[in-house]
Amino acid sequence: MAASVQPIEPNSRPVASPHDHDIVMHCDIRELFYGNFKAVRDTSIPIKKNSITAFIGPSGCGKSTVLRCLNRMNDLVRGFRFEGKVRFRGRDIYETGIDPVAVRRFIGMVFQQPNPFATSIFNNVAFGLRLNGYKGDKAAKVESALRGAALWDEVKDKLHKSGLSLSGGQQQRLCIARAIATEPEVLLMDEPCSALDPIATRKIEELMTDLRKKFTIAIVTHNLQQAQRVADYTGFLYVDTSMGGRTGYLVEFEQSRKLFEDPQHKHTKEYIRGEFS
Amino acid sequence: MSAHSSAQPGLPVLPGALFGSRQGEITQVPSPLQRAVDVTFRRLCHAFAWFTILLVTFIVLRIAMSAAPAMREQGWGFLTGRVWDANAGQFGILAQIWGTLYTSILALILGTAFGVAAAVFLSEGFLGSTIFGLLKYFGVHLHPWWGRLPDQIERILKELIELLAAIPSVVYGLWGIFVVIPLIRPLCHALHEHAGWIPLFSTDLSGPGVLPAVIVLAIMIMPTVTAISRDALVSVPVKLRMAAYGLGATRWESIFAVILPTASRGIAGGIVLAFGRALGETMALAMLVGNSNQINLSLFSPANTLAALLANNFPEAGPREVGLLMYAALVLLGITLVVNIMGAFILQRAAKNAAE
Ligand SMILES: Nc1ncnc2c1ncn2[C@@H]1O[C@H](COP(=O)(O)OP(=O)(O)O)[C@@H](O)[C@H]1O
Ligand SMILES: [Mg+2]
Repeated sequence: MAASVQPIEPNSRPVASPHDHDIVMHCDIRELFYGNFKAVRDTSIPIKKNSITAFIGPSGCGKSTVLRCLNRMNDLVRGFRFEGKVRFRGRDIYETGIDPVAVRRFIGMVFQQPNPFATSIFNNVAFGLRLNGYKGDKAAKVESALRGAALWDEVKDKLHKSGLSLSGGQQQRLCIARAIATEPEVLLMDEPCSALDPIATRKIEELMTDLRKKFTIAIVTHNLQQAQRVADYTGFLYVDTSMGGRTGYLVEFEQSRKLFEDPQHKHTKEYIRGEFS
Repeated sequence: MSAHSSAQPGLPVLPGALFGSRQGEITQVPSPLQRAVDVTFRRLCHAFAWFTILLVTFIVLRIAMSAAPAMREQGWGFLTGRVWDANAGQFGILAQIWGTLYTSILALILGTAFGVAAAVFLSEGFLGSTIFGLLKYFGVHLHPWWGRLPDQIERILKELIELLAAIPSVVYGLWGIFVVIPLIRPLCHALHEHAGWIPLFSTDLSGPGVLPAVIVLAIMIMPTVTAISRDALVSVPVKLRMAAYGLGATRWESIFAVILPTASRGIAGGIVLAFGRALGETMALAMLVGNSNQINLSLFSPANTLAALLANNFPEAGPREVGLLMYAALVLLGITLVVNIMGAFILQRAAKNAAE
């Protein structure tokens, strides 16, 4: 299906050009509003199959907003309005007639705060399987999801225990297991490590590089090293508050190595050199 | 510099203040006044807490003492007798116990169903988004005044429902007699005609009875259930809702599979509280239940409750009847206590299960 995705008109900015048939999603935001407030403009990002795409930028520049746009989580915000296109499987997910609930099943999400449900570990992971009416062997799927999230060995003897009884890092891996149990095509992660300690962070990063083999991942991070370590492509978003603006936009999108070693734009250079955060 | 400067030998150590301020320091030990206020406040709290406990004990003891002669005289037979006839000297409260539990449980089922539904409606923004959609249709959803309407109306509705709890129960009773009974009578009549073989409809409604009492009682306890359930639902963390939606759950799936279970402890607390209120509700029931000592499954039959028995018989009670009524009061107290303890137990179990 991905082969039928048409490339969206290229931006004036240099955009890494992975082969078109490799692009799973193409996000093209012209304008995005919360009520009267224009939060993001002119942001066009291709998301390539089996790669990790990172969004970086100062806080408030709209990274989370862009990410939530990719599976229509913003629809839950009263007053949200979107102009643009998000291509997925040959269609625009914002087309009338497309059910946001369906979109979210194909494009899973992991949040900043670990958010397991107040139920057993098993039920947490099986939640999505039940939603999707999965008829096969649930226990096997739960096991493989927990293995995929590198959590199986730690919880295999206490699957009936509450998900809330785990440590923060374990809870986040449980949430990853829950998200990948239904094998969505794309996985969105909004600062998945920012509530975790360095060791748990390291584990999740390893996990992400591992998951890339099976899934396509888009991640928001405020940690530049993390983007450098794990991301294949990186987009830099920016909002120039000094000029009184509050609307974020994409400044630069490149292969990570190139973006970090040879940023083209003044703002990117300054941000990467750590002149503001 | 010594690492243990506080343990300098030779300096006198003041009791309660192991160290004092140095010159020019902002940090100070608490002043005597601060300490006095702290101690007084703590003692007052203790005193009030104990006073409440003592008061409850005192009330129960006094009732038990007044009931003691009747208890000796009547024994357990009081609880199993179905007749209350002062002229014949026969006293039994089984019918009242039955009526109390039957009306309360039915009202609880009805009140919980509507109360929780209302709480979901109020907490999940259904009303808000409907009004927002309407405003959007007219293009004023971002208007500084109109734009605030969805939240305002939700708040007003919530307050209105809570206001239901403030209506005096005698008003409910009057409303039940003059509005509810005439309103439901044709329906009850038809049900009895056509489905009389079902025990619930086996008699006809001739005025006051179980059903009008249950309806009014359900309306009376609904605000309690709604208010407490709404608070519990609102305090379900947003991140859990997001987790459910992010997995591709529909609105109803996230409400039933995630939000209600997470809030279930608070909701159960509300239900227990409402049940307590239903058991003890007196005035409206005395007006609506029919005050007839029957044990009957029929919703349309008149019945009696313990609280109504007490209210109806107190005025003409001689010393002997007062003892009997005290005995009945003790039974009512016992039932309420058992319900509350069971409720507390269930809540505790639920809390433990959620955390393990
Ligand atoms: N639900 C919302 N309602 C209104 N404004 C929002 C909402 N979420 C984010 N915003 C605003 O949009 C802008 C971008 O926010 P966000 O995407 O969270 O930034 P980032 O993740 O880059 O820190 C901010 O100015 C923020 O205040
Ligand atoms: Mg963010």
